[in-house]
Amino acid sequence: MEFSDIERILALVKEHDLAEFELEREGLKIRVRKSGGVPTMFHAASPALPLLQATAAPQALPAAAPAAAAGPVGPRLDEEESLELAVVKSPIVGTFYRSPEPGAASFVEVGQRVKKDQVLCIIEAMKLMNEITSEYDGEIVTAYVENGKPVQYGERLFAIRTA
Amino acid sequence: MFKKILIANRGEIALRIICACRELGIKTVAVYSEADENSLHVRFADEDVCIGPPRSTDSYLSVPAIISAAEITGADAIHPGYGFLSESAYLAEVCEACHIKFIGPSPNVIRLLGDKARARRAMRKAGVPILPGSEGPVDSEEKALKVAKDLGLPVIIKAVAGGGGRGMRVIRDMKELSKALKTAQREAEAAFGVGDVYIEKYVENPRHIEFQVLGDHHGAVVHLGERECSIQRRHQKLLEEGPSVAVTEKMRRKLGGAVVDAARAVQYTNAGTFEFLLDDKQNFYFLEVNTRVQVEHPVTEFITGVDIVKEQIRVAAGERLSFKQGDVTFTGHAIECRVNAEDPETFAPSPGVIHAFSVPGGPGVRVDTFAHSECTVSPYYDSMIAKIIVHGRDRQEAIARMRRTLEMTVIEGIKTSIPLHLKIIADPDFVAGRLSTAFMERYIVEKKPSTGSLAETA
Repeated sequence: MEFSDIERILALVKEHDLAEFELEREGLKIRVRKSGGVPTMFHAASPALPLLQATAAPQALPAAAPAAAAGPVGPRLDEEESLELAVVKSPIVGTFYRSPEPGAASFVEVGQRVKKDQVLCIIEAMKLMNEITSEYDGEIVTAYVENGKPVQYGERLFAIRTA
Repeated sequence: MFKKILIANRGEIALRIICACRELGIKTVAVYSEADENSLHVRFADEDVCIGPPRSTDSYLSVPAIISAAEITGADAIHPGYGFLSESAYLAEVCEACHIKFIGPSPNVIRLLGDKARARRAMRKAGVPILPGSEGPVDSEEKALKVAKDLGLPVIIKAVAGGGGRGMRVIRDMKELSKALKTAQREAEAAFGVGDVYIEKYVENPRHIEFQVLGDHHGAVVHLGERECSIQRRHQKLLEEGPSVAVTEKMRRKLGGAVVDAARAVQYTNAGTFEFLLDDKQNFYFLEVNTRVQVEHPVTEFITGVDIVKEQIRVAAGERLSFKQGDVTFTGHAIECRVNAEDPETFAPSPGVIHAFSVPGGPGVRVDTFAHSECTVSPYYDSMIAKIIVHGRDRQEAIARMRRTLEMTVIEGIKTSIPLHLKIIADPDFVAGRLSTAFMERYIVEKKPSTGSLAETA
């Protein structure tokens, strides 16, 4: 992939008003996301692409150290509105836990301010505890899933106001 | 018996498994990628779990996602269907570790028979006729030359860990051997991660004949006769039928018996298919074993009356096979056409939205499909959208039945291989039963350049 190809991709994204563009081939992956500029509708259920996927290593079975992963984020709100809401979606299938262990305090509560890379919750899959971290600084506006409930790929976990 | 089965697959085979489960009173869990959100198998399962984005590696091929889905739904068994993880010893092992029943053979058997070289050795030991070849992988040019000389040309170089036609090279001249050996090794390494290759005698224009086998955990093993799958393009089957016109009652009993002995020798359980080449002198040569239910299983179901998927489920649940070898009878003739979302001449994939979809009924017709009006055929998965299977009292009636069924099938909005299937069954060689794996070449060679000047030379 040449720099001129990347320039062409960026031009195409702008020209066709794309919100998001991803290309993967030959060991190279490029994702372009348009932020600001063109208003996009806030759509809680839209299938956003996860930035990083938490995948349990195929060779390991019993729990090792918790794997850190960033949850996927939905498209941003219309710029004219003062709110910018990002939806964190589950990158894996598993069981959702609000706290590090039973009886302990939740990682985050609604109304709490969080920082980038802060752990929001744990999703347990195949005995592996996957920490889901926040991609943004902001405030937890909604927690969608009850503690101990199963979640599927792409399920909404939290809404974070990033403004 | 299982309370809940998770189907680790999609499309028509997922629906097929749901059919069996519903009839057995077993609850079903469908898993799906984001591309299959509106697919029929999701609609007709009792529960469903989204396991990933459209790409297979991140969804239908993801062991953690599938096992996790089984855990959160409390499924006590997983049916892997065909393709995807159906021959993954790893998935079978993880299932065992998680106390989920894997509906298929044991991990060790999958691993043994999945290694082509080990499978050949096991079959030879059990008395199954195999294609003469190098015993084990060929690691040097000297060894390759010696093997080729002993076998006599032509020979074929094949990947030990491979399939689907990759890492294969046919040698008709000794001079080609050295270069072809290196190329095949490189290809095998790239495609399968293992560069080992072996050499076999090459049979010109063979028939592809496969035997269906079922084994339970009480030591019973039976065969359900053969299917002929010679109509292939690039090692992808297009049309299958049973019985084969080239297999006599005597041949069937003899090879069927050898296959059952071999299955017993490796302690084979659940469904499996033993594939062979058949030359024009009634010699069978073992190719490989597919340790799963196959796409073309309906052909056997039609002529024997056995529900193979139900038997798979019952065997995995510890029950005995519901019949003995002596109960197996073969009635009439069945043909299956794999309808693909492809251009019937160029074979270019044709994904898109199906706007009109209608399949005829009538006697002896079975259609296994996930397609319907206004459904989207996505580009992420293989192009097969339907299987049309017919049964007739004899081969002649089956062919006539297939022709009228294909003619009365309506699929609009995408291109399909139906015009090609109609050509195949009208071909005089097909009607006469003169088949071989070279049959499809006539449809590829026929493509001539469209420019008049080129066609006019010489």
